Amino acid sequence: MRNIMLIAGVLSLVLTPLKSFAAGELIRVDGSSTVFPITEAVAEEFQKSSGGVKVMVGISGTGGGFKRFCRGETDISDASRPIKPSEAQACKESNIEYIELPVAYDGLAVLVNPSNTWVEHLTVKELKKIWEPAAQGVVMKWSQVRDGFPDKEIHLFGPGTDSGTFDYFTEAINGKSAASRGDYTASEDDNVLVEGIASDSGALGYFGIAYYEQNKGRLKLVPIDDEKSSNGDGPIIPSLTTVMNSTYQPLARPIFIYVTAKAANLPHIKSFVEYYLKNAAPLVEEVGYIPLQPESYESALYRYSNRIKGSVFGGKGAQVGVSMTDLLKMER
Amino acid sequence: MEAKNKVVRKFREKLIERLLFLCSLLSVFTTLAIIYVLLSETIGFFKEVSLIEFLTGREWTPLFTNKHFGILPLVCGTLLTTFIAVVVAVPLGLISATYLSEYASPKIRNIVKPCTEILAAVPTVVYGYFALLFITPLLKIVIPNLAGFNSLSAGFVMGIMIIPLVSSLSEDAMHAVPMGLREGAYALGSQKIQVAFRIVLPAALSGITAAVILAMSRAIGETMIVAIAAGQQPRFTLNPLVPVETITAYIVQISLGDTPHGTIEYKTIFACGMVLFLMTFVLNIVSFKLKKKFQEVYE
Repeated sequence: MRNIMLIAGVLSLVLTPLKSFAAGELIRVDGSSTVFPITEAVAEEFQKSSGGVKVMVGISGTGGGFKRFCRGETDISDASRPIKPSEAQACKESNIEYIELPVAYDGLAVLVNPSNTWVEHLTVKELKKIWEPAAQGVVMKWSQVRDGFPDKEIHLFGPGTDSGTFDYFTEAINGKSAASRGDYTASEDDNVLVEGIASDSGALGYFGIAYYEQNKGRLKLVPIDDEKSSNGDGPIIPSLTTVMNSTYQPLARPIFIYVTAKAANLPHIKSFVEYYLKNAAPLVEEVGYIPLQPESYESALYRYSNRIKGSVFGGKGAQVGVSMTDLLKMER
Repeated sequence: MEAKNKVVRKFREKLIERLLFLCSLLSVFTTLAIIYVLLSETIGFFKEVSLIEFLTGREWTPLFTNKHFGILPLVCGTLLTTFIAVVVAVPLGLISATYLSEYASPKIRNIVKPCTEILAAVPTVVYGYFALLFITPLLKIVIPNLAGFNSLSAGFVMGIMIIPLVSSLSEDAMHAVPMGLREGAYALGSQKIQVAFRIVLPAALSGITAAVILAMSRAIGETMIVAIAAGQQPRFTLNPLVPVETITAYIVQISLGDTPHGTIEYKTIFACGMVLFLMTFVLNIVSFKLKKKFQEVYE
C-alpha cells in the first residue's frame, strides 16, 4: 500500500501540469506537499457533494506553488509558510491579489530510522550543527553530532529548495531562511523522504508531521529540546498538546492556503473555501496535523467573506515562534 | 513521348535522391544544433564559475545559499553506477552470447534470443522501482547496513537492463566469425570450449568491444533508474552502499522544480549536459578506433 502511495506520489508530481488541461469546472490547487494531505482530504469530501466541481491538487512545494500562483496558473496555493517578499512582488507585478487563510498547525517532525538506538532526543543546537551550511562536507558521521554517538555515516533527507518546510526549518534552526547544507537527499515529495529514512539505518530527516502519522511503524520520531525553560523543559515530542500549548518550539508553525482575490468571487471556489474552513478541524486531525482554535477558523472565514487581502505576516516569509494565540491576534 | 518519360523519370530519381540526402542531413543538423545550444549555455555558465572549480571541486550545491559547483560528486556517482552495471552486464552478456552462438541449437536460439531482447523493452521507470522496491530489500538481507537509496542496486539493475545490448551485439559478432576458423581449430584437436573462448571470442573482439562501449554509454546516460533508486545526494564517494547522485539524476531533479530561465541554476543543466555529452562522445570515438584496429588484424 505504501509503495503504491509512493508511486502515486511520484506520478502525481510528474502529471500535475497535465491535469490543468482537463475540462469542466475545475479548482486548481498547487503548492506545499505539507499542506497537500489536508487539501486532498477536504477536496475528497467536497467533491462528494459538489455537483461535478473537480479539485486538482498538485505538489510543487510552497515556492513552486507560489511561482505558479503569481503567474495566474492556479486558484489556490497551499503554503507551509507565509508568502515571501519576492513572491509578493511577483504577484503584484501580475496584478494578482490574494487572501491568506491559516488552516492548521504543523509540528515539523525530525525523524530517524527505527533501528537507530542512539538518538533519544536532539537539541536545537545539535540540529544546527548537522544542518548549517558550514556542516556541508564536514559533519558526515553521527559521532560528530554528540560525543557517544556511533562512528557511523549520517545520511540526511529533507525537502528541496522549493519547499516551505525547508524555508521554515532553516529559519528556525539555522537562523536564516534557505541557509542549509546542500549535500543531502532533497525532494519536494515527502513520500520519497519517508522511503529514504525508513530504509536507511543511518538516516535523519525532517518533514510535516502528517507524513509521520501515515508511516508510524517505519520511522522514529525524535523529541526536540530547545534548551529554553520558558516553553517547557527538556526534550519535547510534537503532539496535539505540545503544539497547542506552544511547548514544541521552535518547530511548530501555522500552515496556510492562499486564494486569489479574483477566484474568490467565483461561486464554486467560494463554496470550496467555505467548506474547507468549516470542515477543516476534524480532517486536519485525521491526516495528522493540529487543528486551529475554532475562533481562528471563524476569523479566517471572516477574512474570506470580507475579502481582506494580503498577509498578516507582512509578506516577510517564514516567522519562527508564532503560537496559536499569537496567530489569532494577528488574524483579527 | 519516350524521351519525355525518360526526362520525367530522371527528374524523379534526382528528387528522391535529394529528399533522402536531406533526411540524412537532418540528424547531422540536430547534432549540430544540440552542440550549439550546449556550448552557448555552457559558455554562459563558465563566465560565472571558474573551470577549475567546476572540474576539481568536491561539493555540488548550486541550489543552496552556500553555492559550490564542483562536478566531481556527480561524475563520481555516474562512473560508480556505470561501473557496477558493466561489471554485471559484461560477464553475463558475454556468457549468454557465447552460449547462444556456439552451443545453443537454432531452435533454442530462436526462443532465447528474443527473450533476452525483451529486457531492453522494459520501460526504465519500471526498472527504477524494481531496483528500489525489490532489489534493495533483497540486498539488505545480505548487507544489513545498505542504505535505502544506493548505487549498488541501481547499478545492478542498470546492468540487467544493458545485458541485451552486450549479449545481442556480441552474439552477432561471434556468429559472423568465419566457419573456417572454427573448423581449423577443430582440425587441430581443440575442444568446443577452447574453440569458443580461444578462437571465436578473440576473433569477435572488435564487435564485442563496440557492444560493451555502446552499453557503457547507455549506462552513463541512463536517467530514470538512478533518479529513483540511487538517491539524489551529491556525495563524493566510491562506496556503493550509500546514496549518490548522477549527472542525469541531477538534471531531472532541477528540471522538475521551477528553475527560472537564465539563472546560474538553469545554466548548470547545460554544463552538466556538456560533461555527459563529452563522456559519451569520447567513448564512441574509442569504440570506433578499437573497431578499426581489430578489424585490420583479423581481415
